[in-house]
Amino acid sequence: MYQALTVDEAVELIPDGASVMLSGFMGVGTPDRVVAALAASGRRDLTVIVNDAARPDRGVGPLVKARCLRKFIGSHIGLNPDVQEQMAAGTLEVELVPQGTLVERIRAAGVGLGGVLTPTGLGTRVAEGKQVIEVEGKPFLLEPPLRADFALIAARSCDYVGNLTYMLTATNFNPIMALAAKTVIAEPEEIVPVGMIPPDAVKTPGALVDHVIRRVA
Amino acid sequence: MTEAGKMDPKELIARRCAAEVKPHTLVNLGIGIPTLVSDHLDEGMGVFFQAENGVVGMGRRPPEGMSDRHLTDAGGSFVSAVPGASTIDSAFSFGLIRGGHLDLTVLGGLQVDQRGYLANWMIPGVYVPGMGGAMDLVTGAKRVIVAMIHSAKDGTPKIVPECSLPLTAERRVDLIVTEKAVIRPEDDGLHLIETAPGVTVAEVRAATAANLIVTGEVPEMDLSRSC
Repeated sequence: MYQALTVDEAVELIPDGASVMLSGFMGVGTPDRVVAALAASGRRDLTVIVNDAARPDRGVGPLVKARCLRKFIGSHIGLNPDVQEQMAAGTLEVELVPQGTLVERIRAAGVGLGGVLTPTGLGTRVAEGKQVIEVEGKPFLLEPPLRADFALIAARSCDYVGNLTYMLTATNFNPIMALAAKTVIAEPEEIVPVGMIPPDAVKTPGALVDHVIRRVA
Repeated sequence: MTEAGKMDPKELIARRCAAEVKPHTLVNLGIGIPTLVSDHLDEGMGVFFQAENGVVGMGRRPPEGMSDRHLTDAGGSFVSAVPGASTIDSAFSFGLIRGGHLDLTVLGGLQVDQRGYLANWMIPGVYVPGMGGAMDLVTGAKRVIVAMIHSAKDGTPKIVPECSLPLTAERRVDLIVTEKAVIRPEDDGLHLIETAPGVTVAEVRAATAANLIVTGEVPEMDLSRSC
């Protein structure tokens, strides 16, 4: 059972300089209430691992705007001028990772693998400085696991023991990131009694979830 | 042909690309011109559109007022789902892409070179959007079609001897479709296989920095195979 946290209590857990996985794809499937509170908290020097920089008012956008980030690890930043500006100014370090590689690096950390061998990125800038390993006559790039101190998860439903479901394309990185961080904080859209979520519908077992955000402040 | 001659260049490209889509296949369309391709396909073809964010069987825009943030395409725009659609997480979605389960991807391009290599994710010092899913798509899809306006806005050729922009993948794309021509990269270089209605081979050559191989008469694009 969980002592559900307010968003501010959840943000208290996250110190300056922490690494944070943030789910979502163009802000869809992002825990917006936690993001807003974190942006308002004045945290600094966070490393955020997120698919994309979304737009200034969506997804990771508010954290960028509030200058909470020192480093951004993700696959796409083209629609967020704040990221472009801070990157150009040298105040935000950006590591671009191909999307399929990003999710597999996170998954590798989450499932105890030592890395990923992928053909994606071979012969491109992404391959610079990386080891190429041949398997069955084909070359692959060795990509290391990617883990974080915190994963901020957006769920559709959560029951009293932390089982999570997701909805449609708001699923995206959520179930993968929930495996790969020391502390997993879930922000559900609804909290329901145990038994209301059919076992087959659970995409993240409650055993992975450390904290649940309250529905009301 | 008068009608085709007057057609918007992007529509023409989309329509020609649509003719490459086979029934009962899994297809991923990139942002921009590629997105328009689905407008030219018969819904009864049994084509399932995949979006990187995790949907197989993406449908058109929802009815007015019925859009929901939980169902979007990879650009974040509201979409619907067709009967038989499924939703998946990002790891599964890229497993489909990289694992060779995707029959076709149509993507935009900044440059394509004589080897058939594509550059479409950054212009160093000018614009760095990031690769998103493009590197995985070009690496993993069974077929890759580049759909793009033939030259840059300032007239600079985009089909070049060797890409000066960072490559998306070290894989030869299968087809290049522009408003001027259809070009097929092969072992010996770029073959000009069709010209757009009203466009001459000389005009295509003039707008192309790479050498184009022409074998015999070059036919005009057939736009009757898509709607």
